[in-house]
Amino acid sequence: MKKARQDIDSILEKYPRHAHHLISLLQDVQEAYGYISPEHLTLVCDHVGAPLTQAWAIISFYKSFSLEPRGEHEIKVCLGTTCHLKGGDRLARMCERDLEVKRGQTTRDQRFSLDTVKCVGACALAPVVMVDDGYLGKANIHSLKERLKKL
Amino acid sequence: MGKIKDVQELEAWRDRLLAAWNPEQPVVRVCSGPGCLAQGADQVAKAFKAAAKKGKFKVAPLIKETGCHGLCSKGTLVNLAPADIFYVRVQPQDVPEIVETSLVKNGVVERLLYRENGKRCRSAADIPFYRLQEKVVLKNVGDIDPLSFEDALAAGAYRSMARALTRMTPDEVIETVRLSGLRGRGGGGFPTGYKWRLAADQTRQNPGPLYIIANGEEGDPGAFMDRAIMEGDPHTVIEGMIIGAYAMGSHQGFLYVRHEYPIALHHLTIAIKQARRHGLLGRNILGTGFSFDLEIHRGAGAYVCGEETAIIASLEGRVGVPVTRPPYPAEHGLWGRPTIINNVETWANVPHIIDKGAEWYAGLGVSHSTGTKIFSLVGKVNNTGLVEVPMGTTLGRLVEEIGGGVPGQARFKAVQTGGPSGGIIPYEFKDISTGDRKLSRGELTSPDMVLETSGFPVEFESFVQAGSILGGGGMIVMDDKDCVVDLARYFLNFLGEESCGKCLPCRLGLKGMLEFLDNFAQGRGDPEDIEVLQSLAQAVMDGSLCGLGRSAPNSVLTSIRYFREEYLAHIQEHRCPAGVCRDLITYRIDQEICDGCGLCLEVCPQNCIAGRKKKPYSIDSKACTRCGSCQDVCPMDAVIVV
Amino acid sequence: MNPKNKPGGLIKFVIDGQKVEAGPGWSILETARHHHIHIPTLCFHPAVTPWGSCRLCVVETRYGKRSQVVASCLTRPVPELEVMTNSERVQNVRRWVLEMLLAECPASREVKDLAAQYGVTSTRFAIKDPNEECLKCGRCVAVCHEVVGVNALTFGSRGVTKQLETPHRVPNNACVGCGCCVSVCPTGALQARLDTVRGDLARRTGHGFAH
Repeated sequence: MKKARQDIDSILEKYPRHAHHLISLLQDVQEAYGYISPEHLTLVCDHVGAPLTQAWAIISFYKSFSLEPRGEHEIKVCLGTTCHLKGGDRLARMCERDLEVKRGQTTRDQRFSLDTVKCVGACALAPVVMVDDGYLGKANIHSLKERLKKL
Repeated sequence: MGKIKDVQELEAWRDRLLAAWNPEQPVVRVCSGPGCLAQGADQVAKAFKAAAKKGKFKVAPLIKETGCHGLCSKGTLVNLAPADIFYVRVQPQDVPEIVETSLVKNGVVERLLYRENGKRCRSAADIPFYRLQEKVVLKNVGDIDPLSFEDALAAGAYRSMARALTRMTPDEVIETVRLSGLRGRGGGGFPTGYKWRLAADQTRQNPGPLYIIANGEEGDPGAFMDRAIMEGDPHTVIEGMIIGAYAMGSHQGFLYVRHEYPIALHHLTIAIKQARRHGLLGRNILGTGFSFDLEIHRGAGAYVCGEETAIIASLEGRVGVPVTRPPYPAEHGLWGRPTIINNVETWANVPHIIDKGAEWYAGLGVSHSTGTKIFSLVGKVNNTGLVEVPMGTTLGRLVEEIGGGVPGQARFKAVQTGGPSGGIIPYEFKDISTGDRKLSRGELTSPDMVLETSGFPVEFESFVQAGSILGGGGMIVMDDKDCVVDLARYFLNFLGEESCGKCLPCRLGLKGMLEFLDNFAQGRGDPEDIEVLQSLAQAVMDGSLCGLGRSAPNSVLTSIRYFREEYLAHIQEHRCPAGVCRDLITYRIDQEICDGCGLCLEVCPQNCIAGRKKKPYSIDSKACTRCGSCQDVCPMDAVIVV
Repeated sequence: MNPKNKPGGLIKFVIDGQKVEAGPGWSILETARHHHIHIPTLCFHPAVTPWGSCRLCVVETRYGKRSQVVASCLTRPVPELEVMTNSERVQNVRRWVLEMLLAECPASREVKDLAAQYGVTSTRFAIKDPNEECLKCGRCVAVCHEVVGVNALTFGSRGVTKQLETPHRVPNNACVGCGCCVSVCPTGALQARLDTVRGDLARRTGHGFAH
């Protein structure tokens, strides 16, 4: 706990105490911890002098923030237009069935987080699934299952 | 080299770089755009770098990881200079052969060349996909190493800026941009020169800071024009912004970049650092006395932040909820000061206009819509990728000649343009040209005219007539296996999630329209419901505040307009002609084609597939939930929709 | 926007054929109310900055050849503007918004009454919660922020899932229990949910923590 406290201080110190920096600061916290805990949210608000409601509105409005710790592996099924036309939703449904979570959730054992994203810019390979930082292009249910087995 | 003191020093450095360049040195350009990276371009580049160290060359080759080459569907792309050989689908294991054949010797690896109608194309210029393009903004993208300042400099970076700062007055710069006819590329379609003039006048009346912003929140799915520019040639965006800042008297700019673009963020961050180190950003640029600096802001993940007032809210550290205009950002923007927001592609056009002149630029494209436009061509098209063509190029030419048409036996059905806010244009309109709509004189006197009248004024004239908008330039090609009802549902879903949720017509209307379409997709509803839906769509367009809501019903309205019979097939015949809507289809295994591999049985979540290995399988359609898993995995394409 | 529109002077324009004058800074809605012309609203409240979320106050404006539908609470008139408060396009927006509101907040008597005035008595849309009264107009959020200044409640999430929330969805000790949100609420929805906003009385400080 003490170490984490140290880290958050060093993130806070990078920004002047002004509400203009609320989003940038929250982004840095999200990047460093993978989610924004209630304690961090309060610390950030105190630092920049913004009401907690403003920060809450921001982290629930913008999609890049997470309120819960993410799983060990992140599975992002692309549902951009091209991937949608080429059956991306099937892959998302398969993941929901196999991992027993809904999109946007993390498995209870904290192994997997399942998300859908709007276009990863690899339309030539549609449908695409991002598993952690790697792309699985021209994915189908079989290749995705094989890929998940390897994790 | 540290700070460049003046223009002479800048040009002297450029001359030194060009003089030091050995035209015989082989250069390997490995495309590292998002499409190629997804196909393993980083491994290909690594293999080349390793080989370059070991091989026996007369002159050791230079390996460059460049921005997007454009032909994403054939990645990883590798271009060899000066031999001018273009390889497609390069895998890391192909690298030793390429090195041996084309770098050590003078040969060509035939099997890795692009093939068109059985003919092999040796250089990129032989391929119709490239031959029919005209690269202005993308000229250096794919050519230079985006992380190398010297590469950019040798390619001509900051020459226009130096010229503007030392040999032109701010008014002359604005006048040049105005005469070029450049119009906003992100959706506004508003003449850039006029917008700049308004901002410059505004600061004269109301002295104080003026901010400029590059909008890089490229949220349309299937559009990656701005991404390619920011990743492949970041200095050109910076240069365009410095020129604009000088013209309007701004000293602080912001680059607002979508958070899903980590590479663009990385490349821009490095480019800004380089520009600062060499005195091209900061105080007293090139000794001219003009000061300007840039700051990057990451978007936090909201499509609506492509809207200008939402960007401003986001930069101020608030939720990205659009607010009413007027006042326009040009009068009352960031922190209450005049603010000019241009799309990344618009800014990237500016250095080229200053470099070659307004007349040259106005000669490209068509009279009221000048220059070039970058499109991303995706969906059911052979040559998926990024293309830059003169304004006025027809849709048919884009899809059929440059894009190489629709794959397989399928029929080219329609193109969806303009992202979720755009419309669906049927094949019959393939001869319409891509050009901005003509503006009336009244519209030029103030920007609100254009911005207010249509909500989303991006319209390329002919596109407006067809009911769609051009938007950022995403073009999604559909074939006869794509259902328009399903696509309209997809976009309403998308916009429902991405709307800020403030206005009732938008928040409730998107949900409400979706209820109608969900019914249709299940074969329910009345034919009269189509008219009811159109009336609701009109209410959403009229009642919403910002461009998102005002253009949200476009995909519904255009699909009804051009594909009414497809709607009626769903409602009256309970049939989805494209075979997409799950509640209206049945899967069957073609007994002739099935070779009994059993993959479908393995993946079926309902266990409703029966059969024995090596014998044709069959589906119990009563238990089937039509998840499509079997069709997805079948290597023989034996699972068919009836 | 218009150069003829000098700040400070009265602006002469027309609402529903009647000549009207707007004082400095007045919106179309304020001018209409001043002249006893009725325009329905749910989210407008004189105590707070207009937010323009309900869009029931839309009017059709004509200026030269241009005609458009705008929210009257947010739009300032320009000289010679022609405003129609009840045109077909305007009624279409209102009827649809009201019909959708009957599904969104079916328990609200105020919404039902207003809808009936426009001939909307039933809804074709799915009702999620028959007891819901809140239409997320934003009056309570605005009054808490602008007038009371404690920011005890806000909107969470976005799009079709937008909700009236407190941070972490727990009662908020920033709330001073003044009840302003309840009194400005157009449907009375806040009355029922005040205890989801109001936190521990003993710890109320005016700017505190959620926990």
